[in-house]
Amino acid sequence: MAEPRPVLQMTGVVKEFPGVRALSGVDFRLFPGEIHALIGENGAGKSTLIKVLTGVHSLDGGTITLDGESVEFTSPLQAQQAGISTVYQEVNLCPNLSVAENIFIGREPTRGGRIQWKRMRKEAAELVDRLGLDIDVAAPLSSYPLAVQQLVAIVRSVGTGDRETPGSGAGQAPGSGTATKVLVLDEPTSSLDRDEVLELFRLMRQLRDDGVAILFVSHFLDQIYEICDRMTVLRNGTLVGEHLVRDLDQVGLIELMIGKALDQLEELHEHQLHSDVGETLVKAEGLGRSGKISPFDLEIKKGEVLGLAGLLGSGRTELARLLFGADHPDTGKVTIGGKQVSMSAPNDAIGAGVAFCSENRRTEGLVPDLTVRENIILALQAARGWTRPIPASQRDELVAKYIKALDIRPANPEARVGQLSGGNQQKVLLARWLITSPQLLILDEPTRGIDIGAKTEIQRLVVSLSEDGMSVLYIAAELEEVLRLSHTIGVLRDRKLVARLANGPEITTSRILETIASGEHQ
Amino acid sequence: MTATAQKPKAAANGTASRTTRLLADPRLPVLVTAALFLAMYGGGLSRYTNYGFGEPQVFLNLFIDNGYLLVAAIGATFVILSGGIDLSVGSVIGFTTMFTAWLVERQGLPLVLVVPIALGVGAFGGFLMGYVIHNFEIQPFIVTLAGLFLFRGLCLVISKESISVSDPSVDTLAQTRVPLGLGELSIGALVALAVLAVAYYVLHHTRFGRRVYAIGGNEQSALLMGLPMGGTKIAVYTVSGFCSALAGLLFMLYIQSGDPLHAVGMELDAIAAVVIGGTLLTGGSGYVVGTLFGVLVLGLIKSLITFEGTLSSWWTKIATGVLLCAFILIQRTMTGRKKT
Amino acid sequence: MTTTSRLRALTRHHLFWPVAVLIGLLLVNVPFTPDFFSVKMTDGHLYGSLVSIVLFGSPLILVAVGMTLVIATGGIDLSVGAVVAITGALTCSYISDQADQSALSAVFLAMGIGLVAAVVCGLWNGFLVARMGIQPIIATLIIMVAGRGVAQLITDGQIITINSEPYKLIGGGYWLTLPFSIFVVAVVVAATMLLTRRTALGLLVESVGGNAEASRLVGIRSARIKIMVYVFCALCAGIAGLMISSNTSAADGNNAGLWIELDAILAVVIGGTALTGGRFSIGGTVLGALVIQTLTTTIYTIGVPTQTNLVFKAAVVIAVCLLQSPKFREKVFGRKTRRKVTVPAQPVAPVEPAPKTEVSR
Repeated sequence: MAEPRPVLQMTGVVKEFPGVRALSGVDFRLFPGEIHALIGENGAGKSTLIKVLTGVHSLDGGTITLDGESVEFTSPLQAQQAGISTVYQEVNLCPNLSVAENIFIGREPTRGGRIQWKRMRKEAAELVDRLGLDIDVAAPLSSYPLAVQQLVAIVRSVGTGDRETPGSGAGQAPGSGTATKVLVLDEPTSSLDRDEVLELFRLMRQLRDDGVAILFVSHFLDQIYEICDRMTVLRNGTLVGEHLVRDLDQVGLIELMIGKALDQLEELHEHQLHSDVGETLVKAEGLGRSGKISPFDLEIKKGEVLGLAGLLGSGRTELARLLFGADHPDTGKVTIGGKQVSMSAPNDAIGAGVAFCSENRRTEGLVPDLTVRENIILALQAARGWTRPIPASQRDELVAKYIKALDIRPANPEARVGQLSGGNQQKVLLARWLITSPQLLILDEPTRGIDIGAKTEIQRLVVSLSEDGMSVLYIAAELEEVLRLSHTIGVLRDRKLVARLANGPEITTSRILETIASGEHQ
Repeated sequence: MTATAQKPKAAANGTASRTTRLLADPRLPVLVTAALFLAMYGGGLSRYTNYGFGEPQVFLNLFIDNGYLLVAAIGATFVILSGGIDLSVGSVIGFTTMFTAWLVERQGLPLVLVVPIALGVGAFGGFLMGYVIHNFEIQPFIVTLAGLFLFRGLCLVISKESISVSDPSVDTLAQTRVPLGLGELSIGALVALAVLAVAYYVLHHTRFGRRVYAIGGNEQSALLMGLPMGGTKIAVYTVSGFCSALAGLLFMLYIQSGDPLHAVGMELDAIAAVVIGGTLLTGGSGYVVGTLFGVLVLGLIKSLITFEGTLSSWWTKIATGVLLCAFILIQRTMTGRKKT
Repeated sequence: MTTTSRLRALTRHHLFWPVAVLIGLLLVNVPFTPDFFSVKMTDGHLYGSLVSIVLFGSPLILVAVGMTLVIATGGIDLSVGAVVAITGALTCSYISDQADQSALSAVFLAMGIGLVAAVVCGLWNGFLVARMGIQPIIATLIIMVAGRGVAQLITDGQIITINSEPYKLIGGGYWLTLPFSIFVVAVVVAATMLLTRRTALGLLVESVGGNAEASRLVGIRSARIKIMVYVFCALCAGIAGLMISSNTSAADGNNAGLWIELDAILAVVIGGTALTGGRFSIGGTVLGALVIQTLTTTIYTIGVPTQTNLVFKAAVVIAVCLLQSPKFREKVFGRKTRRKVTVPAQPVAPVEPAPKTEVSR
């Protein structure tokens, strides 16, 4: 089968950040008139690949050709001018301006320097109409729901090239003069409901039929199977496969994404889960938050490790945040140790003995300017209040104890936390919560982006903590990891807790994969 | 629910969202301020009508007495719409009065020459501040604070004493009144109204104006949409510097002297007028017409207090503060509603 | 440790630049006034340039110390100048109403009234910022505008002069050969350091200013902390207001504390506390305030016309800000720290500039 020439070809793309190789020699091609899914877990390199493509990051190795010509962009604007438009998950438009202005800003039709409002509205209306949308272009963008704003962003990015730009000058329009060849949609569906997604898909199909090559990033597998023609799967910064969608089923895809037991954690393999699981500690009934996670019931016993399995965006973080009061639940109630807890703010949960290590260490966990010592005692100090400082001797002893126990390096309590490596930062966060002696420890992807040695140590720690009677809610992208540590595995799919599996010999990664793929508990 | 996606228009125009949409309409605060102005004016009419408050000239005097503030506030409107702030307004005004008085009186330069020089210096000062703000990513607050010190300092460098202006051409300009049927306006007031018209045109009918709104609405988006952000930001501060200098000239005409302590703190009046006029201090939403009403409300407070006779001048400040507080709280509830 | 590395450690110390600037400024005076550093004893009082720098700088130090905590939480307080005026006005007008203006009880009561008013202003600011969620710069603008009017209302637009010996002591009197205000400043600075470093307040303030979301998730009640620092800042401004009105034995609603908020913010920035919040240094702020006061004195002693004071100040503001701007340093001193343009789509952790890679792992 003779394939047409790809409109975009990336070969051997390498991107390095200090200490991390985000992309190591990735090949990627995109054909005109196709919708191509880019798939991978967190840290697989999806966003880095897109950013390299659209000129946000510079290239450290490899080549990019667009329409047969070698290109390298140094800014998003350049990429746009060459015909590569990007629509991000957060709508990058100005909500205070009208829809028509958002479509045309930077290239408004003018005569003698005066904006021709009527003409602009008319052309915007025609464009919107041609794409089969029903939007009042004179209304301010903020009067529309996010889904419509998303569509407007797409209209802007594709509607720019096919008309002559009147006048030229410094304020040159993105995409002017060149039709959009490649449209990158970076997780556009993550905050849309089903009907809104259908509308988006209709628009995507229409653009594809017009010959636009669409690169679609989504973590919803159903959507990928519904709309995409071809997919590229990344894992740990490498290409693991390019397939036609019809050639690969969901289980096969998930295996590609998560990877099979590529395992260096052999010592833990022999580990037997301790059976010393006590009474119910935490009980959630009908807990939920609309748009984040459907109401769920959950029980965590004393000394139990409950693992959450599910793909990115399946609601695993959202579930954890509700249990900690980081987000306010719409429905349901939580009882901890037999007492109902209001969960309106993290304080309530902390008071009841819950601790939460966020997956976003930098933005939601650490205070980078403060020292290791200060970051470690922060939670305990917050609980004591500002008037009762931890006595210096006791504080130093505690900090030294945990620096040693968790092997935090450098073992200098005065070091600024922002300068530590990822693994050590994670350990600082763990130490912060461990000194509060929590009853339930929630770990959201504690092993993400850290080196293999630190990974092993953290997993061993989880085991020994649970042996000592602490309950742990453990979230990880790698199924092996969840399977190895957990007594019970909660499976999530599409923001629903679809199954709870008691770990045992019959539970294997493929069994969990099937559950994730089918969304049913067999 | 299917209708939502197929016909987004239907959903957005639905009855449920009509109130929300009305509350979110950026024109609403302008109407509120206009209504407040009318109410205050009406109150003044009923209370002081025997003292000549009803004379059309009393109304026109609002423009004559506050023309300079209007011009300064228009400059501030540009800056605030773009999401920035300019603290140097009062100092630039004071400096311009001093500088022009010095050039005209001490150096004997003709006014025709002095006016463009003064305007150029003000605009250049604004340009410099914009340049530093954009290129070195220093907060506008601090940069324009330095501008405040610099221009006030330059006033004092020129002279510690006030310089009264007796140049005949200045005198003629200051005294000229243009009859308008019911009353008359000064040159200063007319210039201010002309600036208002130009500002309206620029903000609503040129690409530059729309970029100002875009940057104030969402700076990151504006950048990603490929708008030339740096140029716009610098231009906004240049406009503000120019308007402040022009306001300084009008102020000089109005009181016919240059003084190193003229217009101390006028940046606060300008910012207050802009906020009372319904412009969001976070940028991106507001109208220059609102600023006109903001200035008129502040001016009306002053004349009402004059008419009252027994009230002292500091009530102006207190009333301004109270109004400011009220409008900030109104804005807060409006934007709060929009987000949730 | 080699000499160079010791030197480097010294220049890296957070107080190095403020101290260096202060010493430099002081030394500039020596050629013009050879006995600049000498302190004389006359009538049992110490006199000298150094003493007067501290004396005249006292109100600024007080206001700047309060401002430091506000800025450390990521806020700003523009209303301190107005608070200075209100406190002075209330206190002086109460004292002036007394038959015996030197009665101790009346003076204490008057000071109490003034300080309570200051605290009320601080509560209002804190309420708007922490509970209503209004940007600090806007929230504190209200009292900045209205406060002066209130102060003039209290003094009835007059400058109230009083004649009270005990009250005079705070801002203009001497005790143990030194100006009394130096003791007041010392007590406030020491109390602030104790309050922030002996309790956990300083840590929590830095945490809230350094990462608000992380602080919420760790269970810090940041609203309370914020209200507290605004109240504290207003209280410091109130004490400064007492000092200024006591020094002149008069309350001037219009001019007392005019522009002190700007000087105070400047002192905080010179002292090395970033306007974005987080780490703060009370010592640095005190040095910053002394730098500003020394600048004024220096301009006076080296014979530059005093009216250029403000121009110099503008130059210092610009210089300090430019030196603190990473962009400026990058452009001028070359590309020591590589920085990437980040686009808001998703913050990628590894993109952070990591100049200190030797520490990691």
